Amino acid sequence: MLDDNRVLSISPFSLAKREKQAFLAEQLHILTQHHYTHCPEYKKILDALRFNVSTVKSCEQIPFLPVRLFKEFDLMSIPRENIVKTMTSSGTTGQQVSRIYLDKETSAGQTKVLTKIISSFIGSSRLPMIILDSAALLKNREMFSARGAGILGFSIFARDRIFGLTDNMELDIEGINDFLEKHQGEEILLFGFTYIIWRHFYQELRRAGFHPDLSKGIMIHGGGWKKLDEQSVPPENFKTAMRQACGITRVYEYYGMVEQTGSVYMECECGYLHASVFSDVIIRRPADFSVAQPGESGIIEVISILPQSYPGHVLLTEDEGVIVGEDDCACGRKGKYFRVRGRLKDAEIRGCSDTYAG
Amino acid sequence: MTNLERYLNIFADTFGIDPSKPADLEYQSIKEWDSVGHMGLIAGIEDAFHIMMDTDDIIDFSSLEKGKQILRKYDVIID
Repeated sequence: MLDDNRVLSISPFSLAKREKQAFLAEQLHILTQHHYTHCPEYKKILDALRFNVSTVKSCEQIPFLPVRLFKEFDLMSIPRENIVKTMTSSGTTGQQVSRIYLDKETSAGQTKVLTKIISSFIGSSRLPMIILDSAALLKNREMFSARGAGILGFSIFARDRIFGLTDNMELDIEGINDFLEKHQGEEILLFGFTYIIWRHFYQELRRAGFHPDLSKGIMIHGGGWKKLDEQSVPPENFKTAMRQACGITRVYEYYGMVEQTGSVYMECECGYLHASVFSDVIIRRPADFSVAQPGESGIIEVISILPQSYPGHVLLTEDEGVIVGEDDCACGRKGKYFRVRGRLKDAEIRGCSDTYAG
Repeated sequence: MTNLERYLNIFADTFGIDPSKPADLEYQSIKEWDSVGHMGLIAGIEDAFHIMMDTDDIIDFSSLEKGKQILRKYDVIID
C-alpha cells in the first residue's frame, strides 16, 4: 500500500485518465480487500450488498460508505492499541462528530501526500507562516479536531510560525505587525479556515482599520462555505475582499475533510478544484446514485488511497458538486477538476471541516 | 558543548526526558514525540545548528539515529 515508495514518487497531477484509473483501481482493490479482512463492520456492509471484492475493476464499482457512518460507529481496521491519533470532524459540542482512528502508517501517509500536493502549488521551500487561528486548538494532543489537524498538517511548510489569533480568538495585530517587520520583503504563507479568516481576520482588519501589506502573501484556506453562505458571502467575493484588506492576490482554496485527511483537492489558478493521483471524485445522481456526466450536478463521492487504518477510502459526502472536465484544465494539471456547490439540501448539518459554532 | 551533546539536549528539552536516555528514540515511540512534538523538535534543531531543512527531510526525520544521517546533508556532523 502506501509505504510503497513507488506510489509516493508519482508527481501529484501527472497521470492522465487511463493511467490514473488503472493505478487507482489497483490501489483501491488492495485497500478494499484489506478493510474487508480487518474491519468486521465493513465486511458486514459489503456482504449485505453481495459485493465480491475480487471483482473490483474500477473505482465506481466499489461501494461507498456515507460519511455519517463514522459518527455512528467506531470503524477501524487495526487493533485498538495501534491507534496513535484520533481525529474528530468538529470541535463544537452538541452535534455528533466523526471519529477517525489513525495508526502510524496512515498518519505518516497523510503528511507525505499533503506535503506533495501543496508543494506542487507553492514550491517546497518553507516560508514564514501566519496561522489565522488560535494556538489553543492544539492543546489536546491525542485528539484533534479538523481545525487542529489542518493547522498541524500545513505547519510543515512553516519556517517561522505564529498564530494570528489569541486564545480568545482575537486578532493579534501587534504580533502580526512584529512578524511582518521581521520578515519584510519575504513571501509569507497564511493558512486558516475560510469562515475563521472571514470572521476573525478580514472583518477585524476592517473594524480596526489595520492594513497589513501582504502583497507577497500566499493564502491557503478551506473548510467550507456554509457559514459564509448564511451571511451571503459568495466565494468570488472572498478573494476580492482579501485583496482589498491586505493586498494579497495568491489565494487558494482547498476542499477536504477529516475523513480523508491528506489527499486534499486544491484550487488552481483557473479557480477549479483538482483531484491528485492519490484521490478522485465521482459525482452521483441523487435519485439512483448512478454516475453523473461532467457538467451535471450531483452528490460528491470522494476516493483516497490513504486510509489504511479505517475503511474510509470510498466515501459519499453530503456536498453537492459538479465535474467541470478531466485532464484538460488550462492550468495544465491532469486529472478531474470540479466545483463544490455547497451542502446538499436536507443533509444533516454536519461538522466535517465546517468547524466553528461561533 | 559537542554537536552530539547539543543534539541530545534538544531531544531532552523538547520531550522533557532525561538527556542520558534518548539513545533509541523513534517518532511516536513516546507520547511526547507526536506530530506536535515533531514540529517543536525540528524548530529546536534548526535553531541550534542554524540550518533549514527541506519538507521531505522533516518527514523522514523518523528517529534519533535517522536524524543524524539527515543532518549530514546540511553539513552538521553528529558523532
